[in-house]
Amino acid sequence: MSATRRPSPVLTIGKYAALAFYLIFALFPLYWLVKISITPDQLVFTEGTALWPSETTLGNFRTVIFQTDFLAYFGNSLIVSLGTATATTLIAAGAGYAFSRFNFGGKRLIIALMLVTQMFPLLMIIAPIYKIVAAMGLLNSLTSLIVVYTAFNVPFATFLMQSFFDGIPKDLEEAAMMDGCTRFQALRKVIFPLTLPGLGATLGFVFTAAWSELLFALMLISKNDAMTFPVGLLTFVSKFSVDWGQMMAAGVLALIPSCLFFIFIQRYLVQGLTSGAVKG
Amino acid sequence: MTTTRTAAASGISRAWRSAYMRYLVEPYLYVGPAVAMIALVMLVPLVIGISYSFQSITLLKPFATGWIGFENYATLWRDAKFWLALENTVWWTLSSLVFQFALGLGLALLLNTQFAGKRLFQALVFLPWAVPTFLSALTWAWLFNPVIGPLPHWMAALGILSEPYNILGDPDLAMWGPVAANVWFGVPFFAITLLAALQSIPGELYEAAEIDGASTWQVFTKITLPFLAPMIAITVMLRTIWIANFADLIFVMTGGGPANATQILSTYVFTTAFRKLDFGYASAIAVALLVLLMIYAVLLLAIRRRFVKI
Repeated sequence: MSATRRPSPVLTIGKYAALAFYLIFALFPLYWLVKISITPDQLVFTEGTALWPSETTLGNFRTVIFQTDFLAYFGNSLIVSLGTATATTLIAAGAGYAFSRFNFGGKRLIIALMLVTQMFPLLMIIAPIYKIVAAMGLLNSLTSLIVVYTAFNVPFATFLMQSFFDGIPKDLEEAAMMDGCTRFQALRKVIFPLTLPGLGATLGFVFTAAWSELLFALMLISKNDAMTFPVGLLTFVSKFSVDWGQMMAAGVLALIPSCLFFIFIQRYLVQGLTSGAVKG
Repeated sequence: MTTTRTAAASGISRAWRSAYMRYLVEPYLYVGPAVAMIALVMLVPLVIGISYSFQSITLLKPFATGWIGFENYATLWRDAKFWLALENTVWWTLSSLVFQFALGLGLALLLNTQFAGKRLFQALVFLPWAVPTFLSALTWAWLFNPVIGPLPHWMAALGILSEPYNILGDPDLAMWGPVAANVWFGVPFFAITLLAALQSIPGELYEAAEIDGASTWQVFTKITLPFLAPMIAITVMLRTIWIANFADLIFVMTGGGPANATQILSTYVFTTAFRKLDFGYASAIAVALLVLLMIYAVLLLAIRRRFVKI
């Protein structure tokens, strides 16, 4: 009995070895990124593969921020990601609420359509989207990216929001409606405050997704002043492929917003996905 | 006060009718924007994309545009690069999936136990998931570069490589580069999904097993795995489709090279559309990929129905 309750020391050591393995596996590449970004240029070739450089510098970050266009790319990405996150969350909150609270004709069809959009190769529509956007004269505009990304993220965000709404008892807004609120008032005054964590998680998730999108941005943006961060970084990499320190410093900068959002939403997201998954 | 009293007095039947109307119309107001967005930006282009595969649309040759029937598909059938890409897609998907799943299951099992600092650990091991994909790709490409990355040197020291060189330039080994990046990036997703499934297994089952003196291995194979099976089937199916469609990592790390050794169908679609601007042929490849994925999904659903009784 007690043997099964208290695992053997071998098992305990094995468990902590496994924990250490996962930790190193997850963090080592990021550690390396940061390490090269603070290695002075003249040391990259001699100490590039050492675990820690003999000297460190923030010079690469200074160069990247003040002497390249990365700050502009960063700004563009921020506009696109925030715009996408806001629009998607609003639209998905509406749809998620409808899925959670109403039974209406065509509901199953709409859910099926949303699932289909998660399955087919998105690259299938890259050519038509390019043609349509070009015909509208919106190539190289951030607006076109926001619209496209919003549509891509709405289905998943809707399911996420639905799982959050499902977690809020129906009685709450029914009570408010009994007291004379319309449904929309009940939604705004009673449900909205309760679903703030869900909205935050959805915002964060969509923000991260829009922040990392590369292929559609490559296709739709070719002018330097409209480039998002991924497109700018990739262009930089193909142009100056030996400025290792600067490339990695730019990489670290790209990492910051998504990591901030991730730390902020991590718990809610896991919670939301978990409860959604349990319900099937 | 007065308004509610008049409303209450104004006949029950009318109130009922307006409530009914509101109930009938209201859901569409909430769901409408989402449906419009998806229809306009995804479904309409999808139909247009399928129609492109029957046309000749090359932006570099604007005068050779027109309907050409199945010509793109005939070309596709004879295209050795397409068949190579198909084979590579299978390898890419399978190897990524196997490692993601094995490591993800291990992580989920670990996170289902208690240990000090669990919350911090969980946040840190899930971090790769938050890293933008283009950055994961670049980071791993740099790790495999012998000038600034440690991996070639380690592999040479372990005798896996004869000398520290960049495996991304070796047609025989190049695929392992993007696969490594994909595994790194995808483990958290599997871990989260499987952890959710693990936590839904009733605790009484484990208590009963413990009372009956079952070994850890028996508990794992007789309780944990059977309960996880349906979740595993769904996750694996969705993830297979997702990985097969996932072009970013390969495009950034190798661009499909060297000598198309890492070209998968989705990167082939993208490079054909993006570099050659041949939209007709790109759409034909994309339709072929879509059809293959649909066949796969139908097969898997049939198999699942046969073996998993849920």
